[in-house]
Amino acid sequence: MSNQQKHWEKTRSLLFITLAIWFVFSIGIFLFGAEMNEVTGPFGYPWTYWFTCQGSLGAFVILIFWFANRQEKIDEEFGFSEREDD
Amino acid sequence: MIKGNFIDNLPRVYGIYTGGFIGFIIIMAIAEQMGMSAKAIGIAFVAFTVFIYALIGYLSRTAQADAYYVAGRQVPTVFNGMATAADWMSGASFVAMAGGIYFKGYGYMALLVGWTGGYVLVASLLAPYLRKFGCYTVPDFIGTRYGGNLARFSAVVVLTVASFTYVTAQINATGTIASVALDIPFQYAVYIGLISILLCSMLGGMRGVTWTQVAQYIVLIIAYLLPVFWISNKIGAGFFPHFMLADEVARIAELEQQYGFVKNSAADLANVPKGLAGITKAHSAVNATPWAFISLALAMMMGTASLPHVMMRYFTTPSVKAARKSVGWSLFFIFLLYSSAPMLATLSKLSLIDPNLPTGIIGKTFAEVEAIDWYQNWNQANLLFISDFNGNGTVELNEFFMGGKAVVLATPEIAGLPYVISGLVAAGGMAAAMSTADGLILAIANAISHDVYYKIIDPKAETAKRLLVARVLLVVIGFAGATIAAMEIQGILGSVIWAFDFAMSGLFFPLVLGVWWKRANRQGAIAGMLGGLIAGAWYLVWVRTGGSGFLGITQLTFGIFGSAVSLVLMVVVSLMTAEPDKATQKMVDEVRVPSGKTILGKSH
Repeated sequence: MSNQQKHWEKTRSLLFITLAIWFVFSIGIFLFGAEMNEVTGPFGYPWTYWFTCQGSLGAFVILIFWFANRQEKIDEEFGFSEREDD
Repeated sequence: MIKGNFIDNLPRVYGIYTGGFIGFIIIMAIAEQMGMSAKAIGIAFVAFTVFIYALIGYLSRTAQADAYYVAGRQVPTVFNGMATAADWMSGASFVAMAGGIYFKGYGYMALLVGWTGGYVLVASLLAPYLRKFGCYTVPDFIGTRYGGNLARFSAVVVLTVASFTYVTAQINATGTIASVALDIPFQYAVYIGLISILLCSMLGGMRGVTWTQVAQYIVLIIAYLLPVFWISNKIGAGFFPHFMLADEVARIAELEQQYGFVKNSAADLANVPKGLAGITKAHSAVNATPWAFISLALAMMMGTASLPHVMMRYFTTPSVKAARKSVGWSLFFIFLLYSSAPMLATLSKLSLIDPNLPTGIIGKTFAEVEAIDWYQNWNQANLLFISDFNGNGTVELNEFFMGGKAVVLATPEIAGLPYVISGLVAAGGMAAAMSTADGLILAIANAISHDVYYKIIDPKAETAKRLLVARVLLVVIGFAGATIAAMEIQGILGSVIWAFDFAMSGLFFPLVLGVWWKRANRQGAIAGMLGGLIAGAWYLVWVRTGGSGFLGITQLTFGIFGSAVSLVLMVVVSLMTAEPDKATQKMVDEVRVPSGKTILGKSH
């Protein structure tokens, strides 16, 4: 397998992991919205309410930065990162 | 000013700007104490900020294609994040979102999740690859990846339908705010709003829009957060509302329990002015089925990843790496406002319905409430209304009505904040609506000037002529949008949501598969774009004309149907026709790695 194929393989796995986490916070937890809202969560808000106001939103922000860092590492590993003067 | 080392000086330039704006707020506050009228303060805020944006637009003027289309590709990550946040957060986000949460609670908050979660798709599926591609517009990517004028043109059609649906709502919002702040009729205010919008974009194109959007973000975020923190402290709810409103949320639930949601008769409701609504849904309880919530969130997420005016912001970063990081910053800046909207809704609702608070009106007599200054003001503005349906003389929960905009616009005054805050909020709303309108008009005009005029009609046109065409189109599209906005056909929020559905119907899969599926070819992409758009539009019309719909897909989520049709058509047609040629496959390989040259040249 060529260098580029390996790079793409790893990039694709990272995509799947990212989308799996994204799925949990955007869709997965809201399948159990009613049940989860009965329980008190962070800062004393009901769990589901908190996720819609802050939790999921914050998770997305962190997820994107995490994804960007991981992807940079993958690019570096295979020598595909950009030169500064590109 | 915007030459040479401007980019290096950005933090200082915008630092001074922010300081200057805060200074302006303080001067207005002092002027208010010295007797400046509320009306004069409102005019000063809107006029001052719009003047600054126009000045930035003028200073960013350019005669170069890559500066006009992609701001010279030198916008640093954090600043591009701010510009995207302003581009993204429309008049609807600013003025209507807290109101929607106030009235509809959980079911509406699917929009908060949808309008943020979509950025994960943008970052992981599209933005870095489109940046590597080096295109000027979204149809530029479609046209080059799939080849052929028909593919390019189809993308322009989808882009225009989605963005135009969106832009009329934004021009409408600038008109509404300008008409309130400047006290002129809406029909004229719409055109004043339009001229302000064009001043930012016409001379400098994307470069002008970028630097005004950064300035507009700073205004709108101050205008949104300052009242939230102030009100929270004033009513003793906590100095950092986001972490401290649990008791208030619980208190609202307790009051709802105590009052109960009494259903009004149709005859009673007929007396309530149009556009106002009462509190009929629980504030923090789960009041929607999982599918209703998830389908709306999903439609908004996929729509986010298909809207060209957002995607094109990531064409302006210096590198692929920067494009990825920039998506994270965009979402961070959006998060600051979105996470505050539910807090504002909570504070607003509690201050109105809690009888223990001095501002609470439930349980007071009608005579008492009608004597309150702010009630009179906002009743006159047609945003507050009470009516004694049961004739017992005291205001009850089901006898109190409010307009959605009032949550943002009226709450500062209700909570007893000085008028200078209301002026600030008007400037913030104007900034939010203008920045989005600018991004949208530019997206449409650029697509038509670059993809239709330059790439299809006259490929030999010189830069000067191309940019002239681009500017003429900008004005024409702006006026068309304003003319439709002046007719006031649909509400602000409804048409915004439709725009997302149109975009995802026609563009989501052709864009994503263009990068992630090498086998996708021209025939498949054209079928996917046109088929998806037609299917989505048909579903919308069908449901609007009394159709029952299926699978719980409503007129707000018709993009789910449209994009499903698009995906099926694209895969089936692609597999039935020949695979893309070697050159195209090699191009896709190139797009997938950040290093090396962009696919399209620096000036193309």
